[in-house]
Amino acid sequence: MTDKCRQGDWVEIHYIVLDPASRSGDLPPETRKVPLECRINGWALSPKKIGEEIEIRTPANRTVKGTLARINPGYEHSFGPAVRELSSIGSELRVMLKEGER
Amino acid sequence: MSRDLSYKAVMERRGEIMKRALGIEYDEFILTKVAFDYEGMMRKAGYSLEEVREIQRETGVGNTPLLELKNITRLVRQISPKGYGARIVIKDEAANPSGSFKDRRASVSVYHAAKLGYQGVIAATSGNYGAAVASQAAMRNLRCIVVQEVFDSRQMGQPEIIEKSRKCEAYGAEVVRLSVGPELFYLALVLLEETGFFNASLYSPFGISGVETLGYELVQQIRERYGKDPAYIVVTHAGGGNVTGTARGVLQAGARDSRIIGASVDLSGLHMASDIDFNRKSFTTGHTGFGVPFATWPDRADVPKNAARPMRYLDRYVTVTQGEVFYVTEALAQLEGLERGPAGNTSLAAAIPLARELPEDEIVVVQETEYTGAGKHPQAQLNFARANGIVVKRGDPRENVPGKTIVIPEHFSQLSVVEMDLDRMRRSYIRNCIERSGATEVNEQELKFLAEETRETEAYVAGIIREIGGVKINAT
Repeated sequence: MTDKCRQGDWVEIHYIVLDPASRSGDLPPETRKVPLECRINGWALSPKKIGEEIEIRTPANRTVKGTLARINPGYEHSFGPAVRELSSIGSELRVMLKEGER
Repeated sequence: MSRDLSYKAVMERRGEIMKRALGIEYDEFILTKVAFDYEGMMRKAGYSLEEVREIQRETGVGNTPLLELKNITRLVRQISPKGYGARIVIKDEAANPSGSFKDRRASVSVYHAAKLGYQGVIAATSGNYGAAVASQAAMRNLRCIVVQEVFDSRQMGQPEIIEKSRKCEAYGAEVVRLSVGPELFYLALVLLEETGFFNASLYSPFGISGVETLGYELVQQIRERYGKDPAYIVVTHAGGGNVTGTARGVLQAGARDSRIIGASVDLSGLHMASDIDFNRKSFTTGHTGFGVPFATWPDRADVPKNAARPMRYLDRYVTVTQGEVFYVTEALAQLEGLERGPAGNTSLAAAIPLARELPEDEIVVVQETEYTGAGKHPQAQLNFARANGIVVKRGDPRENVPGKTIVIPEHFSQLSVVEMDLDRMRRSYIRNCIERSGATEVNEQELKFLAEETRETEAYVAGIIREIGGVKINAT
């Protein structure tokens, strides 16, 4: 996998919106001590390496500057493995329905 | 001249940014420090039910199927006293174009934005609403930006929200994904100012009038099929728009005896702006973390006057646990053949115990479903909970501790609701209203407004204001 994008590649950028000192006053301490961060996907306007400053064109046609974080960012969320606590609910309820018919 | 983009400066420009981005003169409806003309705002700034139905027909929104949950109703009757156990029916809102009732809410805003000539729309939401706005914007050829709260400072994202980001991008929207914090609204303001796009707020009169068709339709469908009105309409409650819009539609259909019951997942004890608590919850919407604060102070929203005012309509407000919602999500898939997203099943989890209160010939409506998929699914959400140190087990749902334990019921009969104290919430609303307005006296008009806001009498409101103290009552 390359760490350099080409112009026109679909990429993710990252930037800090508000550093801790600039955030809203009304925050719990654990949130207050970290920055407000932003990630946006769009098309690279120039070839850059991961970690370098880059400009992208977003799907809403904005130009946004940030640090190149990922190239061809996908979606990795899934269902994950089967969950034991869920797996027998259906059969339990069907047994209950059957018993009710008697 | 470059704009000052500091948090403080942008929040100070909030009023003018919102005015340009919504095209509503809210000042017109302000009556006094405390009171405003709610119905006037809904009439003048929103659209009529007939207009909304036409707008929604254009983009295939609404007219969703009403399905009777026959097997679940059978089980409810098995565990109820003889002759009890109302029929449970569900409004399959997942059949809307982007997979939830939020299409109704987005449809009017996006229509209005296009009509007024805006080039695009912006919504600040981590819920299904983002996909709804993105889908409606695609249909009406507008650009769309969705601002979401997605990840914590470890860059770890809620699977449910990551799926929602994906769906927005699938419809061609720009998705601005943020770490935890209420400054989501700050950034939305910055973007509204930068782009000149329309603010497709969840809380404008457009958003709320879009949901009225849902209440209206379900009453019509039930009358047609069963020849009567529903006894209970159970509505998943978060920001208040679902309750408000649905109830207004139900009233317009003339079903005055149907009780509106709000249901939220109990997330008490978790702080919604906490970088740590963010990933200790398994529900990102439909929970008390929105349900309570938005009911007791609706004007915390991203518009000057929130059109979602659930205290005006709620007959009851109940909570259920995360584990109970996952359990009924399984039940809905396995017994009724409907695989739907968990958050929308909050009202189903409440409807099951509520149906036990009623005779068999009554009807309980579960007023929505939502789509499901990777990330937005009990399996994904429980795996994520475990990875974040939450204990997941079968047992008595009363042992549930938000942020620590998720208890999946061992038996259908363990499903129950916890009644929220609406009286306490009314008091809290009145207190918020008085304190935030800075009023030192209230007049007749204001008493009347607060009585409407809380579905109570003026004498009740006056009594609470006396209890709070320090405020003079100028009324006969």
